[in-house]
Amino acid sequence: MTSLDKPGAATGPRTGRPRRRRVGTGGRRGVPLPLLLPGLLALAFLLLPLLALLVRAPWRSLPDQLTSTEVWQALQLSLVSATAATAVTLVLGVPLAWLLARTEFPGRGLVRALVTLPLVLPPVVGGVALLLALGRNGVIGQWLDSWFGITLPFTTTGVVVAEAFVAMPFLVISVEGTLRAADPRYEEAATTLGASRFTAFRRVTLPLIAPGIAAGSVLAWARALGEFGATITFAGNFPGRTQTMPLAVYLALQNDPEAAIALSLVLLVVSIAVLAGLRDRWMTTS
Amino acid sequence: MTNPHPTPPDATTPARPPRESDPTLPTPAAGPQPPPAPTDGAQTSQAPATDGAQLPQGPPAPAPAPAPADSLQLPQPPPAAADGARPPQGAPAPDRESRTGGPGGNPNPAEGRTLTTDPHPHPHPHPHQPPGLDAHLIVDRASFRLDITLTAAPGDVVALLGPNGAGKTTALRALAGLTPLTDGHLCLDGTSLDDTPPESRPVGVVFQDYLLFPHLTALDNVAFGPRCRGASKAEARSQAAAWLERMGLSAHAGVKPRRLSGGQAQRVALARALATRPRLLLLDEPLAALDARTRLEIRAQLRRRLAEFEAVSVLVTHDPLDAMVLADRLVVVEHGRVVQEGTPADIARHPRTDYIAQLVGLNLYRGQAAGHAVRLEAGPAITTTEELSGPVFVAFPPSAVTLFRDRPSGASARNLWRCEVAGLETRGDQIRADLTGELPLAADLTTVAAAELELYPGASVWATVKATQTHAYPA
Amino acid sequence: MTRSVRRTRRMLQLAGAGAAALMALSACSSSDDSSPSQSGSSGSSSPKLSGTVTVFAAASLKESFTALGKEFEKDHPGTKVTFNFGGSDTLAASITGGAPADVFAAASGKTMKIVTDKGDAAGTPATFVRNQLEIATLPGNPDKVASLKDLTKSGLKVVLCDKTVPCGAAAQKALDAGKLELTPASYEPDVKSALNKVELKEADAAVVYKTDVKAAGGKVEGVEFPESAEAVNDYPIVLLKDAPNAETAKAFIALVQSAEGQKVLSEAGFLKP
Repeated sequence: MTSLDKPGAATGPRTGRPRRRRVGTGGRRGVPLPLLLPGLLALAFLLLPLLALLVRAPWRSLPDQLTSTEVWQALQLSLVSATAATAVTLVLGVPLAWLLARTEFPGRGLVRALVTLPLVLPPVVGGVALLLALGRNGVIGQWLDSWFGITLPFTTTGVVVAEAFVAMPFLVISVEGTLRAADPRYEEAATTLGASRFTAFRRVTLPLIAPGIAAGSVLAWARALGEFGATITFAGNFPGRTQTMPLAVYLALQNDPEAAIALSLVLLVVSIAVLAGLRDRWMTTS
Repeated sequence: MTNPHPTPPDATTPARPPRESDPTLPTPAAGPQPPPAPTDGAQTSQAPATDGAQLPQGPPAPAPAPAPADSLQLPQPPPAAADGARPPQGAPAPDRESRTGGPGGNPNPAEGRTLTTDPHPHPHPHPHQPPGLDAHLIVDRASFRLDITLTAAPGDVVALLGPNGAGKTTALRALAGLTPLTDGHLCLDGTSLDDTPPESRPVGVVFQDYLLFPHLTALDNVAFGPRCRGASKAEARSQAAAWLERMGLSAHAGVKPRRLSGGQAQRVALARALATRPRLLLLDEPLAALDARTRLEIRAQLRRRLAEFEAVSVLVTHDPLDAMVLADRLVVVEHGRVVQEGTPADIARHPRTDYIAQLVGLNLYRGQAAGHAVRLEAGPAITTTEELSGPVFVAFPPSAVTLFRDRPSGASARNLWRCEVAGLETRGDQIRADLTGELPLAADLTTVAAAELELYPGASVWATVKATQTHAYPA
Repeated sequence: MTRSVRRTRRMLQLAGAGAAALMALSACSSSDDSSPSQSGSSGSSSPKLSGTVTVFAAASLKESFTALGKEFEKDHPGTKVTFNFGGSDTLAASITGGAPADVFAAASGKTMKIVTDKGDAAGTPATFVRNQLEIATLPGNPDKVASLKDLTKSGLKVVLCDKTVPCGAAAQKALDAGKLELTPASYEPDVKSALNKVELKEADAAVVYKTDVKAAGGKVEGVEFPESAEAVNDYPIVLLKDAPNAETAKAFIALVQSAEGQKVLSEAGFLKP
């Protein structure tokens, strides 16, 4: 309008997301030693086992190891089921996160604690619990079986169920945190413009918390991809149907450690590729 | 000072001063410089032509005496700002559509059928009930109770003025339906909104920091409302584009809010609220997020747009200047209650609480009048020119106070008090002295005078005020 | 039993001092391998034994070996037997990876071979028991499974062990012997989880060891089948080369091979070698 209207001259405090500040990578102001040393130690601690895997990898026989169809079957199944499990956690987990963050109900604290339960539960126990709930003779599973003829154990769907079970908390916690940090008044603003609460959620809140959802999905996907205990307990192990990569690695370890290392490498490379790709696309551009 | 008890609001209904925009008139002038409208018939000719000369306080206000007007620390309310900002704009645009577009003021001239397709039609006024706002808002909180009555006719701009925590924003939220009423009622154009959820109310809100959706462009922000109220995507966008054009923001339609300046964001927020064609426009501290320079200009623009808006506007502010410039009626709220209500001029002249007196920059006392003398409840008497009896207020501006270090001998001053300097403060080219003693008061003096008097905190002084500079009115 | 354990602990404390010297002595004389000669009634002839013996044993040996361990500690006050039960392959991997163990008892010759091939065994492994396969069905055998062939019926959910673990390899051998094709619902990673699936009624049947069926009590019902004779598993036991307590370890191996040990093992469902 006039010279007064310089862009950014007086932007309201909450008219936009705070601009992402690039954190200097150390050099400029000197990193304090009490942070630098443990930090580097942590990095080494995380990377060393992976490095060992690379060092001991049977590079010569690797090509033979990786040409078997079982490997590709397992890899494909892993990717498909982890992605499907992530989709399930999104569809169910985001609404749950919203309920936890935006509504008041008695026992909400308890519910939040229960949501995180699969995090502390040993995955094998989770698998047994799933069997008791959704198995052929499970509390709910018997009805699924007798009414719809659906049995989950020993099926690919079962793999997805097991993976979603262990991965859901990661998504819910991540999204709930983002929701709590997001200004609820945007939803109110949408309401005054005629949006129902659901429309406000869909058209305003959801885009606002997209970075949190993306972060949560990546965590959930990674967790689902590496899932072993609940899967083998609930869904069993059958090549092409329920044998995911971690199961294949575990069984290969029984009699052919070299093959196990080769499989692990494949899983590692694929996950790094996917995660790095997602990071570039989703997490840094906001 | 005086008046620890808020007095009931002024009983006299403030007569609505004529505004440049009559409810029957066409709605928003398109763009900043619409051509004058000589063609529009009798309807339009009355209001705008005289606009520049008009005193917005209007005739019904008791003729303002020069003294209090001078004494105001505030810039002169509407006339100054208004005159500066909009000489030619008062004339409504010759908007073909608006005459048939009804009260909604459809911003899209090409589209006449929205009225019938609107999923949330504006409630049609009952014939026997006056259009406009009629609300009694009661909201109970743990440690707070809001209980205010608000009425306004279409075209009115009402400002809720009050200190922080007075309940203004709560009142606004209650009007929007975001905070449920504990009791009371809310009628708009004769229709009760008590059971209407916020998304179905014909209410537009401009939030304090605008709350523009950061992930949407300016255009999509404005189109959000029409879209939610049933317009097709294309329809909503073309309406939004028309609104942005009207706000002079066409060039910024595709820009995300974070790239807008404060003033631009404010206008987008206003456009977004108006795009739903509300019957009640609510503005929460509409200028608070702006820096001083932008504020000056945006205030003038906003005043024009509110004047053009044909339905009820309610704005909340703690800034008396904003209130007086933007509104034609002030409702002063303290501790959840209305303490005074009236035109800006009336309130500026006749403050009834210490808060208002401070806002408008007057010394205010309460006492019993007997003839020309007013005996204060605790303290000395003040001699006034008015002859009254019974409980009264006495007010005089700090600039009317003269200070002496020694008791003035020959002075005719009957209003002479011995005081002590409690504090000194620079205000522009003046010094504001806060005095305690016989009569606590504020005095303004020039820097030179202050230096000559050798004032310092703790110094004892004599203060005097001429009777002609005081103003007494019934409490 | 509990009393004897307590007594054992007290003894252990008393004997603690001399333990190191004895260990050194016994280590020197550990040239001959597991001969079942000096065995069984070892209670009388072993005042010198002491210290802790660490036994890595196949998971299927858990019940019987635990019982034998208790007995050993009772017979030789001052000794302690600690066990690490697990899949034979995992155990073998641990041993070749340098885990400190005295004795390795595997569920198959194949897994034992991993250890002997690496030269981690002292002497030749001896087969001390054999285990035969059996079909585990739901209690009462509602599906009327009578033979291995019945498992190939459609609609029946059968779980097998994965071919990489001994019970899976044995099951495959039996199926091959009967010229049968069986598509299971799952190849379980070990015999216990295969059995578990039947116990939880998620699977209708599993091919597991006799000993597992026995250990499960009434939760499953065992069905013997003739093809199992073709796939009998040998359980070899061996003293390890880097055994920290070789003398006592040898005594434990002797107990396992003694008549007393064999009795406990056969009660658990194992066959004599």
